[in-house]
Amino acid sequence: MLSTRNLSKSFGSLLVAGNIDLDLPQGVRYALIGPNGAGKTTLINLITGMLRPDAGEIRLGGEDITSFRPEARVRRGLARTFQINTLFPQLTMLESVTLAVLERNNDSRIWWRRLPAYRPAIDEAHQIIGSLGLESASLRLTRELAYGQQRLLEIALALATRPRVLLLDEPAAGVPKDESAALFSAIAGLSQELTVLFIEHDMNVVFRFASRILVMVGGRVLVQGTPEEIAHDPKVREVYLGKKHVA
Amino acid sequence: MRWHPLEIVFWLCTLLPFVVTPNYLSLASQIAITALFALSLDLILGYAGIVSLGHAAFFGVGAYSAGLLAKHYWGEPLSGLIVAALAAGLVGYATSHIIVRFRHLALIMLTMGLGLLLHEAANSASALTGGVDGLQGFKVSSVLGFRFDMFGRTAYAYSLAVLFICFLVSRRIVHSPFGLALRGIRENGTRMAAIGAPSRAHLRKAYTIAAVMAGIAGALLTHTTSTVSLEVLSFGRSADVLVILILGGAGRLYGGVIGAIIYMVARDQFSGINPQYWYFWIGLLLVAVVMFLPNGILGGLSALYKKSQ
Amino acid sequence: MFASAAGVLFDGFAYGMLLFLLSVGLSVTLGMMNFVNLAHCSFAMVGGYTTVSLMTKLGWPFLATLPMAFAAGAAVSLLLEKTLYRRLYRATDLDQCLLTIGIVFVSIAVFAWFYTTEQQSIRVPEYLQGSVHVAGMSFASYRIFLVVIGLATTALLIFLLERTRFGARVRAAVDNQRMARGLGIDVDRAFMITFALGGGLAGLGGALSIQVVGLDPTFALSYLVYVLIVVAVGGLGSIGGSFAAATVLGISDMAGKYYFPWLGAFLIYLVMVALLMWRPAGLFGKR
Repeated sequence: MLSTRNLSKSFGSLLVAGNIDLDLPQGVRYALIGPNGAGKTTLINLITGMLRPDAGEIRLGGEDITSFRPEARVRRGLARTFQINTLFPQLTMLESVTLAVLERNNDSRIWWRRLPAYRPAIDEAHQIIGSLGLESASLRLTRELAYGQQRLLEIALALATRPRVLLLDEPAAGVPKDESAALFSAIAGLSQELTVLFIEHDMNVVFRFASRILVMVGGRVLVQGTPEEIAHDPKVREVYLGKKHVA
Repeated sequence: MRWHPLEIVFWLCTLLPFVVTPNYLSLASQIAITALFALSLDLILGYAGIVSLGHAAFFGVGAYSAGLLAKHYWGEPLSGLIVAALAAGLVGYATSHIIVRFRHLALIMLTMGLGLLLHEAANSASALTGGVDGLQGFKVSSVLGFRFDMFGRTAYAYSLAVLFICFLVSRRIVHSPFGLALRGIRENGTRMAAIGAPSRAHLRKAYTIAAVMAGIAGALLTHTTSTVSLEVLSFGRSADVLVILILGGAGRLYGGVIGAIIYMVARDQFSGINPQYWYFWIGLLLVAVVMFLPNGILGGLSALYKKSQ
Repeated sequence: MFASAAGVLFDGFAYGMLLFLLSVGLSVTLGMMNFVNLAHCSFAMVGGYTTVSLMTKLGWPFLATLPMAFAAGAAVSLLLEKTLYRRLYRATDLDQCLLTIGIVFVSIAVFAWFYTTEQQSIRVPEYLQGSVHVAGMSFASYRIFLVVIGLATTALLIFLLERTRFGARVRAAVDNQRMARGLGIDVDRAFMITFALGGGLAGLGGALSIQVVGLDPTFALSYLVYVLIVVAVGGLGSIGGSFAAATVLGISDMAGKYYFPWLGAFLIYLVMVALLMWRPAGLFGKR
C-alpha cells in the first residue's frame, strides 16, 4: 500500500534519512522504533510531504506521490498524527472533526450555506468521536481537553480523512497511565483494512500492536522483521533494546 | 444561527439616530461606512488570521471606481456599488495570489507595499484620479428614488442598509463550512494541511470577499460625500481601520462595528484637538489594548461575562 | 551624462549608507528575536531631535552631538525593551505590530508637542558643507562624510560580529535561539545589548539624516517604510544583506528621482514587492 524507494535527505552534512526502502502491505501494523534522533519523525515528514527529499520516491497504492503537496497526499488517503499535539485550540472537538469531514467532502468551500445544514458531516463526526470514546467531551474547546483526550483527537482528525494509510507519531507520548487504556483500545479498534505505521518508544505498545517492526538508527533502517525476530536480533539488542525487554 | 436578543436590540438602535440625533446623520453615515470597512478586515484578520497593513487599497479602488463612474455621467449609486465591488474584487483576487504565499513579516510588508504602490500610482495618474486633488464636482443621483438630502437622511439610510446586508452576508459566511475552515487556518495551518485542506484556495477566496466588501464601503463614501480624495488609499486609513477593529475585538463580527462607533464618535467629539494629539491617545490606547485587553472591548466584555457565570 | 550617472550613483550610495545605519539594528534584532518592532524609526527620531536640541539650545558642535544621539537612541530602546517589549516576545505578529505602531503614534505626538511640526534644520560645520572636486565631478562633502561613517560602521559591526565572542553569541542566537540557550549562551543579555546597539545606530542615523532629508515628527512613519524595505529585502539578521539592500534601495531611489521623477516612490515599492516575491526571506535571509 505504501512504499518508498531510496528515500534520502540530508541537512548539510547531517544525514537524516539514508536510502530508505519501505514496503507496507495493506492492513499490516508496523512499528517504527529507534533511538532519539534516528530520523523516525523525519521519515514521516518525508512521506507526508512536509519535507522534500533529496532523492527517492514514495508510492501510495501504487501511485507515485513524491511530487505531491501535503494536502494532495492526504486526499489520496495518507493521514498522520503529530508527536506534539497539533490541534485547533479554539475550536471544539466536534467542530474540529466536522471540519476534517467537510474538507474531505470538499464542502468547506461553501460560504453561503449554514453549518447545521450539513447534518451528515456532523453525524459522521459524532460517530468518529464516539468510536474513540470521546463523546462526552465533544462540545469542549480543544484547549480545555485533557491531554489524553487531545491525543485521541489527533487520531480522530486523521481518521476523519478516511485514510488508507495512517502514520501515528508516538500516539502514547506523555499520556498518563489512567488515560492510556482509552488510547490503546482506540488503536486496537482501528479498521483492519487500514495500514498503520506508528512510531513508539513504549515497548509494551509496540509488542502489543505491531505485527512487524522496523528499527531505524542514524537515518537508516537497521533491520526489520516480526517482533519475535527483532527481540532476539543481536544488532538491535546492541543498539537499542535494553536487556530488560529481551526474553 | 439564531439571533441573540442583544443583536436585535443593537440593530434596532441603529435606527435611533433618525429620531434622536437628526443633526448627526452624516456622522452616522460615516460610522456605518467605517463599520463596513472594519467588518471586511475582520473577515481576513479576525477569522483567517491575515495581518494586513494595506486594506485601504480595496477601499480606495472602490471609492475611485464609484467616483469615476459618477464623474463620467453615470450617477446611479446602486450600479456604482456593483462596479466598485467588481473592481475591488478583481484587484483583491489578483493580489490574493501573491499574499497567500507568505507569512509573518513578509506578509505584513507585502500588504503594506501593495497599499503604498496603489497610493503612489493614484498619485501619479492624476489625469485619471485627479492626483492630490482627487475627484470632485460629480453628482450622485438618487437611490431607489430617494434623493440625497441636506440632512443626510438618505445617506444614512443608504449606508445603514448596505452595511446591514453585508453584515448578513458576513454572518452567513462565518457560520458556514467555509467560515469554519477559515478559523481552522487561523488556529493551525499545519493541521489544516494534515486534513487535506486547500488552505491557499480558502485564503484567496476570503481575501477576495473582503476586498469586495471594502470596495463597497469605499463606494459608499464616494456616494455620500460626492468626493474622492487620495487619502482613501493612504497608509493612515489602513492603520486606522486596523486600530478600530482591534479596539472592538477581532473575530467577533461585531468588533468592527463597535470599534467604529467608539472611534468615530470620539474623534468627532475631540475634533478640535490637533491631529497629533489625537494620535497620542490612539497610540496609548493601542499599547493599552495590546497589553491589557488583547481581544478588544468585546473580548473584555465576554471575559467579564464568563467570570460572572 | 557619465558625470551625472556617477553623481547619482554616489549620492545614492551615500543615501544608502544612511538607510543602512537606520536599518541594521532592526534587521539584527528581528533576526534574533523575531520581534516586529515598527517603532524602530522612533529611535532615529529621538537621536535626531537630541542633536537638534544640543546644537540649538546648548550650542554644541555637530560632531559632538553624534555620540549623544547614539546614546539617546540606545537609552530609549533599552527603556522600551525593559518595560514593554520584553513581555511580548511570544506574542503574535499582530500584537507586536499593534504595540509598536502605538508607540510610533505616541512618539510622533510627543515630538510634535515639544518641537512643533516644523521641519528642523541644523547648521553643519564648514568643512562638511560644500563639495569636493575630483576628476571634473563634484561630490558633496556631507555625503562623503556619510559614506565614511557608513563604511566605518559596517567594518566595526562586521568586526564585532565575526571577531568577538559577543558577536559569536549573537550569530548563534540569530541562527538558532533554542540551541544557543541550550549551549548556555545568555541570549537575553546578548539581545539587550544588540537591541541597544541597534537603537543607538538608529539614533545616529536620525541625527545624520537631518542635513539630507530634514526632520519632523512624521519621520518615524515616513522612513519606517524604507527601513522595513531594507530589512525585508536584505534578510533578517544579516548585516551584509542590510548593506546590500540599503545600497540598492538608496541608488534606486536617487536614480528614480533623477531619471523618472513622475514615478515618485512607485519604483521603490514595485522593486520591493518584486524582490519579496522572489525571495520572501530576503536576499540574504534564513530560509
